[in-house]
Parts: sequence; C-alpha cells; structure tokens
Amino acid sequence: MAREGSPVLRVEHLTMRFGGLVAVDDLSFEVQSGAITALIGPNGAGKTTVFNCITGFYKPTEGRIALRRGAPAVWSALEGLTDSGKRGLVRPDGALFLLERMPDYLVAQQARVARTFQNIRLFSGMTVLENLLVAQHNPLMLASGYTLLGILGFPSYASAERAALDKARSWLDRFGLIDRADDPAGELPYGAQRRLEVARAMCTDPVLLCLDEPAAGLNPRESAELNEILLRICDECDISILLIEHDMSVVMNISDHIVVLDYGVKIAGGAPDEVRNDAKVIAAYLGVADEEVAQVEASVGL
Amino acid sequence: MAVLANSASEGGRAEKPILSREPNRFAAALREAAFTGLVSFGLFLPLIGFETVTNIRDELILRTRWPLLAAFVFIAAGGRFFYSFALAPWLARRAQKPVKPAAAWRGHFKKWFVPFAIGFVIAYPVIVILVTGWGGALKWIDNFGIQILIYMMLGWGLNIVVGLAGLLDLGYVAFYAVGAYSYALLAKNFGLSFWVLLPLAGILSSFWGILLGFPVLRLRGDYLAIVTLAFGEIIRLIIINWTALTNGYAGIISIPRPSFFGIPFNANDNGFAARFGLEFSPLYRVIFLYYIILALGLLTCFVTVRLRRLPVGRAWEALREDQIACRSLGINTTNTKLTAFAMGAMFAGFAGSFFAAREAFISPESFTFIESATVLSIVVLGGMGSQIGVAIAAIVMIGGTEILRQLNFLKEIFGATFDPTQYRMLLFGLALVLIMIWRPRGLIATREPSVFLKKRKAISVDLVQEGRG
Amino acid sequence: MEYFVQQLINGITLGSIYGLIAIGYTMVFGIIGMVNFAHGDVFMVSAFIALITFLILTAWLGISSIVLALAIVLIVAMLFTSLVNWVIERVAYRPLRGSFRLAPLISAIGMSIFLSNFVQVTQGPRNKSIPPMVSGEFVLANHNNFPVTLSYKQLIIWGLTAVLLLAFWYLVAKTPLGRAQRACEQDQKMAALLGIDVDRTISMTFIIAAALAAVAGTMYLMYYGVVTFSDGFVPGVKAFTAAVLGGIGSLPGAVVGGLIIGLIETLWSAYFSIDYKDVAAFSILAITLIFLPQGLFGRPDVEKV
Repeated sequence: MAREGSPVLRVEHLTMRFGGLVAVDDLSFEVQSGAITALIGPNGAGKTTVFNCITGFYKPTEGRIALRRGAPAVWSALEGLTDSGKRGLVRPDGALFLLERMPDYLVAQQARVARTFQNIRLFSGMTVLENLLVAQHNPLMLASGYTLLGILGFPSYASAERAALDKARSWLDRFGLIDRADDPAGELPYGAQRRLEVARAMCTDPVLLCLDEPAAGLNPRESAELNEILLRICDECDISILLIEHDMSVVMNISDHIVVLDYGVKIAGGAPDEVRNDAKVIAAYLGVADEEVAQVEASVGL
Repeated sequence: MAVLANSASEGGRAEKPILSREPNRFAAALREAAFTGLVSFGLFLPLIGFETVTNIRDELILRTRWPLLAAFVFIAAGGRFFYSFALAPWLARRAQKPVKPAAAWRGHFKKWFVPFAIGFVIAYPVIVILVTGWGGALKWIDNFGIQILIYMMLGWGLNIVVGLAGLLDLGYVAFYAVGAYSYALLAKNFGLSFWVLLPLAGILSSFWGILLGFPVLRLRGDYLAIVTLAFGEIIRLIIINWTALTNGYAGIISIPRPSFFGIPFNANDNGFAARFGLEFSPLYRVIFLYYIILALGLLTCFVTVRLRRLPVGRAWEALREDQIACRSLGINTTNTKLTAFAMGAMFAGFAGSFFAAREAFISPESFTFIESATVLSIVVLGGMGSQIGVAIAAIVMIGGTEILRQLNFLKEIFGATFDPTQYRMLLFGLALVLIMIWRPRGLIATREPSVFLKKRKAISVDLVQEGRG
Repeated sequence: MEYFVQQLINGITLGSIYGLIAIGYTMVFGIIGMVNFAHGDVFMVSAFIALITFLILTAWLGISSIVLALAIVLIVAMLFTSLVNWVIERVAYRPLRGSFRLAPLISAIGMSIFLSNFVQVTQGPRNKSIPPMVSGEFVLANHNNFPVTLSYKQLIIWGLTAVLLLAFWYLVAKTPLGRAQRACEQDQKMAALLGIDVDRTISMTFIIAAALAAVAGTMYLMYYGVVTFSDGFVPGVKAFTAAVLGGIGSLPGAVVGGLIIGLIETLWSAYFSIDYKDVAAFSILAITLIFLPQGLFGRPDVEKV
C-alpha cells in the first residue's frame, strides 16, 4: 500500500456551522494523490457535512479546500490564488481550485470531483446506460455544439456519442453491469445500484472520487467485490479516493490513510494500524466508563 | 328489509353457499344506493332544486325544479346500485383473471402507428372534403383539424417543461399570449409578414420565458407552479389594462393573415383562387392554415424527439429524476431548466402567432388560466413525456369538447332551448376528474429510453419520477 | 388620514374574507400536500347556497328578523357546503391519494371547472343581486366632511371572523381531531399505525375547510350583495396567495396573509390604480415566493443532500 504522492486535496481549518450547531470544527487533513483516504467516525460526527463542503453543496463557514490537478508544482501558487479572490487557476502543467468558492456543479465540472450519496441517488426512471451518458453531459454538450449542431445532425456529435457509449460500456464491464445496461436503474438490486452510482461518478473522469458509505447495505461478498473494484480503479486510473465508511473491514483493508472525526473534531489521523490502536478512537467508538471521562476529555482537548 | 335479507342469508349459508350471498349483495347494494340517494339529495337540493331567476321587476325570485331534482337523485342512486350490485363484482372478477400477455399485433401496431398517423393528418383535408363534400369541410378542417393541432403543438411544447424537465408550469398560456400579441402588434404596426414574424414571435416568447424563468427556477414543486400561475395572470392583466398598446378587453381586430408566397386568400383578382383559376372559397385559406399548423406541430414534435436524444434532453430528464445527482455530475441545473423553459415558451410563441394569424382577432379572453389548465391536462393525460400520448390526449380532449358543439340533434330530444355547447366546459371538467381517476399516470404509462445497447425496453412509468421543480 | 383609516377598515373586511378561504387552502395543503384548486369554487358555491337560503327565508317564509335570517343562512350554507366538499374529496381526490402528485392537481382543476360551469348551467350566467341584508353604520369620525364609517356588515364580518378563528384554533390545538390532523400532517403512515383513522381525519379537514369557506361565501354575499358563477377563481387565487404569503401549512399565517392581501388590494386601489389591483396581488405573491419561499410563518423547505 505505498501509493503515496503529493496531496491532491488539502482541507485546512474547515469549519461549518448551522445556526448554533458546529458540525465541523477546524478540520484539516490531506488526501494524497493516488491513495485511498477514509473518513470515519461515529454517527453524527460531521462526515457527510465535510463531503458536502468539498463537493460544493454547502458553503463552509470558514476554511480553505484546495484541489490540485496535474503537476504537484502548482501547489506553490496556492497562496497567490487565495489572495487573488479567484476560484481557480489553470496552468499548462496543472490546475488548482479553491472548492469552497465554487458552486456544486462547477466543483464537478471544472475541479473534477465526483461523488456518490449515502442514500443512493440514481436517475431511477432512466436506463443504466442513460445514467452513464448523463454523467458525460459536459463533454457531450460541447460536442453537440450546445445542442445546435446536434439538432442539425452534424457528424461530430455522432462520433462523440459513440465514444461516450464506448466509455460507458467499458465502465459497465468493469462493474459487472453490462447485462443490465438497458434496464431502468430503479429496477436494479441494491448492490448493483451502489456499483452503478460509482460507475456513473467514474464516467465524469474525476481526479478525486468521494464515496459516501459505498458499502452500506451490501452483504460481505458484495462488499469484498467493491473493495477489489475500488483498489483496481485506484491503481489503473489516475485518481484519488476519499470515502466515508462504517464498515471497518472495508476501511482497514483498502485505505492508505484514515481520518477520524468525532463531534466535528478530528481526533486522529494516520495509517490504519495507528488509528486502530488509538485510545481516543477507541473511546469515541466504544464509549468510556464514567470515571475515565475527565481523563479522556483532557487527552482529546476538551 | 336489509335486516330480513341478512337473516335469510345467515340461515341459508350452510346449504347453498353461493346463492346465499346474492340477497346479501342485493341488500348491501340497496343500502348503498339509498345512502347515495340521500347524499345526492343534499348535494343537489340547493342548486338543482331551486333556480334563481330575475323577474320582470328586476328582483331575484326562486323557482323550484322538483322533477329535475328527483331525476338527479334517482340517477345517482340507480347508478350506485348498478355499480355496487353488478359492476363492482364484475370488475373484481376481472381483476382476478390472469393478465393476458401482450398480443403480437401490438408490436406491429406500434411500428406502423406513427407513419400511419402522419399520413392520415397529411391527407386529412382531402379525406374530409371527400366525405363531407366541399360545403361541410370547412368546419371539420377548421374547428377540428386546426383547433386540435394548435393544442397538440402547445401540449408538445409544455411537455418539454413539465414532462421532460419536471417543472410544473401553470402559466404556460402567458407565452402563447406573448406570441399572439407580438405577431398582432408587429404585423399591424409595421406590416411585417407572417413568415418574418413567426420566428420573431418565438424568439420574443422564449426571451420572456428566460426573463420570467430566471427568478423563479430556484423554487421547487408547488411553489414554482403557483409563481408561474401568478405570472400568467399578471401578463393577462397587463394585456387587459395596458389599453394604449393592446386595446384591452376589446382586443385587436383585423390582424393580417398569412399569404401564400405573397398571394392573399381573398376574392379579389389577385387572390389565390383567381390566380390559380379556381372559384373563390374560404376553404383554400383554411386548408393552407391547416398545413401551416401541421408543419409547425410536426416541427415541434420532431425537435423534441431529437432533443431527447441529445445531452440537453437527457439532462432535462435527469433533472426530473434527481436534481442533486445532476449537480454532482457537473450539470448546471439553472441553465438546463432555463433552456427547457425557453424551448417550451418558444413553441408556445409559434403557436400564439399562428393563432393570431388564423383568427385575425385576439383578446385577453383567449388567454385565461383555463387555457393553461387545458394544455397541462393534455400533457398529464397523455402520460408525462410521451409525444404520442400528448397527441392522443389533444385529440380526445379538444376533439371531444368540439364535438359537443356539433350535437345539434340533441335539440330535437331535449327541446329547442337545449344548447349543448353550454355543457361543453362542464363535461370537460368532469372528464378531467374521471380520466385522472381512471389513469392517474396518463394514457401512455411507459417511458421510451433515449438510447440502448442491445434492446430498447420500455420503462414502466412507476419508476419514473415526476420532478419537484 | 380619514381616507386612510376608511381604507384600512375596508381592507381588513376584505382580508377577513380572504383569510377564511385561505385557511381551507392551507389546511388541505398541510394534510395531503395538494393545492386544492377547487376551493375557490367551493367558496362560490357556498355563496349561491347562502343566496338561495336567504331567498327561501325572506321571500317564502317571510322571516323579517335579519339576525335570525342571517344565522340560519350561515348554518345552512355551512352544512350544505361541507357536504359538497366532503363528496368532492371522496369522489375526486381520495382515489388519487398516494399516486402521482400531478393527478390530484389536475383532478382539482377539473373539479374547479366543473363547479363553476355547473352553477352557470343550473343557475344561469347572470349576476345575482339581492337587496342589502344589513344596512346602517357607525360614524367613527367626521373631519372635513369626510366621515369614517364602520358599517354593521363590516362589524359582523370582523366579529364572526374573530369568533370562528378562536373556535377553529381551539379545534386544532386542543381537541383529539386537531391532534389527529397534526399527526397526519407529519406522517400519514405512522399516524395510521398508531390507530388514527386517516381517511376520516382528511374528510373532516375538507369539511372544516368548506365550513369556513361557507362563512366567507355568506359574508361575501352579504357584503357585496351580488354573486355570479365565475366569482370563485379570483378570490380563490387571492386567498391562495394569502396562504402562501403567510406560509403554507401555517394557520395563523393564512389569516395574517389574508389581511395583508386585503389591505394591499384596498390601499392599492385607493392610492394607485384600481386597474392594476390584481396585478399588485399577484406580484406580491411572486415576490414573496422568490425572496421568502417559506412565507411569513412557514417552515423553510430545506433541500437534503
């Protein structure tokens, strides 16, 4: 598991308040390029909120979320970009984006962050294949000349659509969904729907793939298959994965780095083995006896 | 009586289990009929039992209509009895029977339906003339053909907004009005021709669509519906009140009509009939108008079918299915909604300018909420998103209400004062309720996928979301 | 100043009528999430029932006590209108419950068209006007020969609205029926599992909505002395505007919204232009929804990711 590179995502001092509630408090962590990073924590720890901030669905109260594409050298431009007030910069060798400044669809379209949802969000009345074509909306839109050329039947669009179909087919192959391509997504069994959602996210050619509980509701066999697929796409494609997961077999088996959240605060971070033996993590998950509360609180910093 | 029947059946159950249920059912049906009769008596007593009329001294007085009230109550009770006693058991028996697999002819039917339908509508004026003769054809081409095609086109246009993008628009008639008034005002004041103004009216309407759409499209569901309704009413009220421009309630008269490549349809020497050596008849113009609206309608349909297979169309449908997922895939939902709104508005603008050109007279009366409701009901009745469904629904709803205008033979049954057209909207309203109960998801309850790898399988509409704006 | 106070009085009267209709919209929306388009026409039907009852009482039975006549008209109109709305719910909306969201909306639009045309066909298309039921007024102030008056009928409307709202508030807040209604609003399935008869509760909601609309209809007839078959749509839409403005689903919101719409309409007509008074009402609706989608008292509709 030595897929360490320079960071692709840097989350710094991220804070998200809803009225008086502090859902995420001064959180900082990094996602290394080509690696799988897991975000874990008890229910209500603020994991999905972090996801929503990264993918632009929420605007964080404070903090910086920076994403790199291309050469690691672009990180040097980070402070300049922050001061310029712009959303991002594109250089010949790479690009840098400040996600907290971008609306959700631009996070996906320009910064190339794809995500899945805790409660699966498929286009249930459209076929599996259509789901994957919708994911390729932006390149296809360009190829159809923003609809104008497409409606007049220009051949450039037809070839772009063929390419899109090929790409969809290859992802369906990898996720074992090719036989269901023409079925409505809403008719697939639960495990297949989870896989389809990941496949759909992959069709957007992401740099960073954010998976919100991809193994939830899967049986052990399906969960193991998913592990395998995730490891494979991480190796084969130039991509980093950030995932939220409760299933420890998934987390411990595939992640390179784990960030542990509790009540919006990061209580631990490191390789799976370090995290597994961390006293604060154990306390957060299992709870502690009453007499130890003060001691644990002191060590957590409360 | 009911008690007697009950006890009789209790006693007879052991020997004759099948027959014994009969009197029970009869009694139950009778009880239900009596209840229905009572309710309908209460329901109809004020409004049917009494009639308010103004007497010679201009005072309001009451007249009674007991026989009519009795007839209504009797029909309601009798109908309920028939339903409970005969119809409901029959329906229950039928529901138990296994569903027959779709017959083979259905596949052929589906394959040949569209070419046949297009062929039929193209040949329709000729068929009408052959059947009814030269004299009777006008009404069938104008009132039926053109009228249905206008609504079909409006239905297809609104289908983009409601059926594909899942945005509930209750003010669609506003864009129809914008198209009609654009054409009327520009044609009268600047003398521009129909063919120049048709695209211009479409552009103006879609411009209005974007203008109105921009602030409201972040609203969801019913809120969007209500704001669009409000905008529809605002535009109508402005048309009514801005008399300097629109002439208010009186409307705009003698709007120029489209000409055949510069040849007007009139009785003059340079008119269409004279030029082509024919005898003058208003039918030529009507046939010409029929083909214009047919072409416009087919254009709308063709464009929509194409759009569904383009990324923008798929994005519309994806928007209807799940907006949040769309955003996570990098789709700009605001722009996508606006294109749907603008596209729908544009087709309404085309239809509106055609309407103004056909009638040569427009007034705010033609652009009331009822029009929006009619078009929306055509879309919902057709089965959201289905082009063929919309076409069938337009024929059923508009054709059906138009036929009521033609039922003059009823006068011979109910007397000379009976006016069937009076009941047109009454029955229209009733039909809306009944059809919704019969088929809540419309006539065509499947969705055709826009693309397929191996086999095109129709998707049951139960899986298709209806959109929350 | 006197002019303004007079307009205020007129506006509150109109607003009371809108508020009573608006409660019907807001209750039905709250419990089955449907915009009951036919509600404005139910209001119009109730005005016709009141008209006919009034004619029976005065012309046939010769009742001369106006208080007695008004009380009977009110009760009869409430009863019959409730019956009408009960039947409408049973026939047109209940079969569609739980299906596709647009189907009940179309059904309600159909019902609205049906009701107005039914009245047109059975009672004729002409305006129906009656001699004033209640006349007389208090002169509150008289400066510069501009009397500020509060007529008896306005007073009746105010008083009746206030009493009804109190009774209605008690019904919703303190009785088992009100509790069942609030439970059904939150979660119909769960309410049913806990033994609440959801069908009955929804029926009762429609009955109460109709009874309040009938009061509004009777007062409308008493106030204006004229009614016609097409009088349902515009007051209906305005009352709905009021419900939305107050925050749909919120009962105090419906009343406050009704008063605001009534005041805006009256003041706009008084100070600007009577032609554009409806444009003003609809613009308020659009502006409220765009900038304050949850209305004044409504819960915000948060989009859950």
